[in-house]
Amino acid sequence: MAQRRFLPALPALTLLAMLGPVVAGLYGTILPAFGHMPTVGAFGPNLDAFRALFEWPGLPSAIRLSLTTGLIATATSLLIVALITAGWSGTRAFLLLERMLSPLLSVPHAAAAFGIAFLIAPSGWLARFFSPWLTGWERPPDLLIVQDPWGIAMTLGLITKEVPFLLLMTLAALAQADAQRSTTVAQALGYQRMTGWLKTVFPRVYAQIRLPVYVTLAYAMSVVDVAVILGPNTPPTLAVQIVKWMSDPDLTMRLQAAAAAILQLGLVVGALAFWRFGEWLVERLGCRWVMAGRRSHGDGIIAGAALGLGMLSALAVLLGITVLAIWSFAAQWQYPNILPDALTTRSWMRHSSGTLEALGETTIIALVATAAAAILTIGCLEAEHRYGLRLTKRGLWLLYLPLLIPQVAFLPGLQTLFLSVGADMGRGPVMMAHLIFVLPYVFLSLADPYRAWDPRYGTIAGALGATPDRTLWCVRLPMLLRPLLTALAVGVAVSVGQYLPTLLIGGGRVATLTTEALALSSGGDRRAIGVYGLMQTGAALVPFAMALMVPAIVWRNRKGLRHG
Amino acid sequence: MKHLALIAALTPFAAWADTDPADWDSVIAGAAGQTVYWNAWGGSTNTNDFIAWVGEQVKAEYDVTLEHVKLTDTADAVTRVLTEKQAGQDQNGAVDMIWINGANFAAMKEADLLFGPFAEALPNWDIVDVDGKTVQTDFTVPTEGYESPWAMAQVVFIYDTADVAEPLGSMQEILEWAKANPGRFTYPQPPDFLGTTFLKQVLVDILPDPSVLQEPVSDETYAEVVAPLWAYLDDLTPVMWREGRAYPVTGDATYQLINDGEVDLAISFSPGAASAAIANFELPDTVRTFVLDKGTIGNASFVAIPYNSGSKEAAMVVANFILSPEAQARAQDPELLGYGTVLNLEALAADDKALFDALDLGIATLTPEELGTAVAEPHPSWMTRIAEDWITRYGVTQ
Repeated sequence: MAQRRFLPALPALTLLAMLGPVVAGLYGTILPAFGHMPTVGAFGPNLDAFRALFEWPGLPSAIRLSLTTGLIATATSLLIVALITAGWSGTRAFLLLERMLSPLLSVPHAAAAFGIAFLIAPSGWLARFFSPWLTGWERPPDLLIVQDPWGIAMTLGLITKEVPFLLLMTLAALAQADAQRSTTVAQALGYQRMTGWLKTVFPRVYAQIRLPVYVTLAYAMSVVDVAVILGPNTPPTLAVQIVKWMSDPDLTMRLQAAAAAILQLGLVVGALAFWRFGEWLVERLGCRWVMAGRRSHGDGIIAGAALGLGMLSALAVLLGITVLAIWSFAAQWQYPNILPDALTTRSWMRHSSGTLEALGETTIIALVATAAAAILTIGCLEAEHRYGLRLTKRGLWLLYLPLLIPQVAFLPGLQTLFLSVGADMGRGPVMMAHLIFVLPYVFLSLADPYRAWDPRYGTIAGALGATPDRTLWCVRLPMLLRPLLTALAVGVAVSVGQYLPTLLIGGGRVATLTTEALALSSGGDRRAIGVYGLMQTGAALVPFAMALMVPAIVWRNRKGLRHG
Repeated sequence: MKHLALIAALTPFAAWADTDPADWDSVIAGAAGQTVYWNAWGGSTNTNDFIAWVGEQVKAEYDVTLEHVKLTDTADAVTRVLTEKQAGQDQNGAVDMIWINGANFAAMKEADLLFGPFAEALPNWDIVDVDGKTVQTDFTVPTEGYESPWAMAQVVFIYDTADVAEPLGSMQEILEWAKANPGRFTYPQPPDFLGTTFLKQVLVDILPDPSVLQEPVSDETYAEVVAPLWAYLDDLTPVMWREGRAYPVTGDATYQLINDGEVDLAISFSPGAASAAIANFELPDTVRTFVLDKGTIGNASFVAIPYNSGSKEAAMVVANFILSPEAQARAQDPELLGYGTVLNLEALAADDKALFDALDLGIATLTPEELGTAVAEPHPSWMTRIAEDWITRYGVTQ
């Protein structure tokens, strides 16, 4: 029974695979933040780096931007998702939105941001549709829409990508929340659809999607690629500024970058605490609201508005990708023409060999990292189920550490670690680095549905003579096919989107679609970005499509397993 | 452990010693079968295609495999080498060759992160235009053979003839034009190198005597020297694209702005880039270029080899190959790349020179005579300091 001895060790192994690098990486950040970096002749500890940071005149704006964009984007996304699900789950419109999820999710953040930037810019697609015949703009107007100082464009860009993510997580949670019966009861008691759902189902759903929400918040606050494309740059958000300092030729700037990274971490922690307080507040108010027993709150209008917003955000991404696709085939294309002068396959020919190589590399890394993450996650959850080796709450937080810390804060330290153990460069270490980020997402996607699985099925299987292993393989995993495939798809998408880990740990020698696309994006060549953005989207789209299609096919004759 | 390290340090390690660049036959012999990871900015499709072509050539000729590591920022490669040194990885580092110049070179040379001297031992060094082009100093820092030149760059201004009537002769004229056409000019945001180049170009052009910039910055004179620059920018910023509240990230991003009709005038560091961009549909064919009456800043792009490269021989072979007339003529072809050559055309054999004579420089490219002599780059300390102050004054103003 090798497995019995192996399984209990898995949680520890998982934590080690994740914590070791993170702790080492953090250590590598904390030292320079407190003035210790022997290679540049700095010996600490001192607070010089923090002093320099606080003297940077852009700091207040950068901090404000990180906080407002992160909090507003997350809160708005959650609100939209909650209201849409409340008002429409089970309807045809909802089904349509569900179908659009996979393409939306698989669009990489950077590609989506580029598409949106080109849509809403003064010389962008929307303006071109109405110019000059309606607007009178013979030349694009000099309006600061993209990169506005309040970060509105950036917040919108984040919302368009967070809504599908949170909706996916909500769908996965819905399966376990027994939503159908609750809403039926609520409606029988005279509650309107949306009000009833919010009062009865939402608290249960939120409990399951809480960590994804936290991750979304932390991500939105420290995102780099979207912020570079859509966010302001005078000054930029704190995370972008950290990357800039990190790549300053003056190496002592890395001390300041490290200090800023610690500050960024503090901001994220602060924002999470603030969010937690908000949860408490909503809970208090919510209870009173539920008790008050009002049956409706303009349900039709609010639900309609929410659906409209959801559709709009979906449309923005899809239109953005469409326009990138057109760019990838465009010959000359000037304002105010709605379409290019001519179409050409030249961009695709130019980039064909590069993209195919990068696609291969991307696929291999994503598959291995995701498979490893899935095995570790299932192992952990199963060990928890069988031996009660449940992660403590603190342990759980540690598991999510890589998602709550800005990547740029601990990756350089991690790079040093890989170097010092000689595991440098090439695919293997990159896979390991991806695993650090893929694992929490896979765990996050799978844990709640896995735990919410009704243990009575296991009891019945046991009573019928099945061993725990057989129960796992023949009952539990098949029943959890959909969340499992969703988790895998999320894992692949996360891996496909990784930029800094691939670049830093791969020593630049591992060229994935994302590293190539971002290298090209600094030049702003929309045709090249179009080619790589579409390829990237494709790489992430296929697993999501499978996550939807496979359960539908496998469970075509199992009605009870199809709802989730 | 200390003893071990001492013994290791004292042991003659002939087996690991680097091949002497002067012994070119052994360099070629050592290069065969090696792989060179050339870390170069990857934001330009034209450059990427050129590097891929170099890869094909050196593979066929010398059995050297060339891999282009596409950087968004050259400093990433510098950081990489530094991290390796920090971790004690003194052999077989990830970076074999870097496209480099200016502050990054100064930083690497200062920190002993470079292999060399090798550049002046390359066989093709004989045909490099040592006297006519600034190939032995890099932003006034002597190269001393630690980097090998491969392309000349000079500031030109790209303008759309559909919107700008005629070339502008000085930075002052550009300012006046911008005031008359608000929102139609911008430059890449410093510390992007092209953005800082714009600042230097302003300073060099408006100072009565720019020779003070050749010396390192001194605290006593700095404020006084750069005061005209800030006055100039205070006038310019409010009439710039987006009133200076947003900037394009790189020079190539400004091409997109011209193509979108958002701006009419942009700075470029590559005299042939506009023609290349027209050929690639990235700029309208009404675009032309000009230089200022007093001339514009010019410098060279170099390649350097990190001290811990495991493929130094092959890197030298590549560095030498891109100095060959064949590669240089290809780099100068505006249809392909449009970079200025570092070679002395007079020193070439007749059929090599014919390669260059046959080039059609393209409709938007100035002739060497029109380009004139490049103005020298200021010492890198100016650029660093000016970029820092720019950020305080204009980069965080919201």
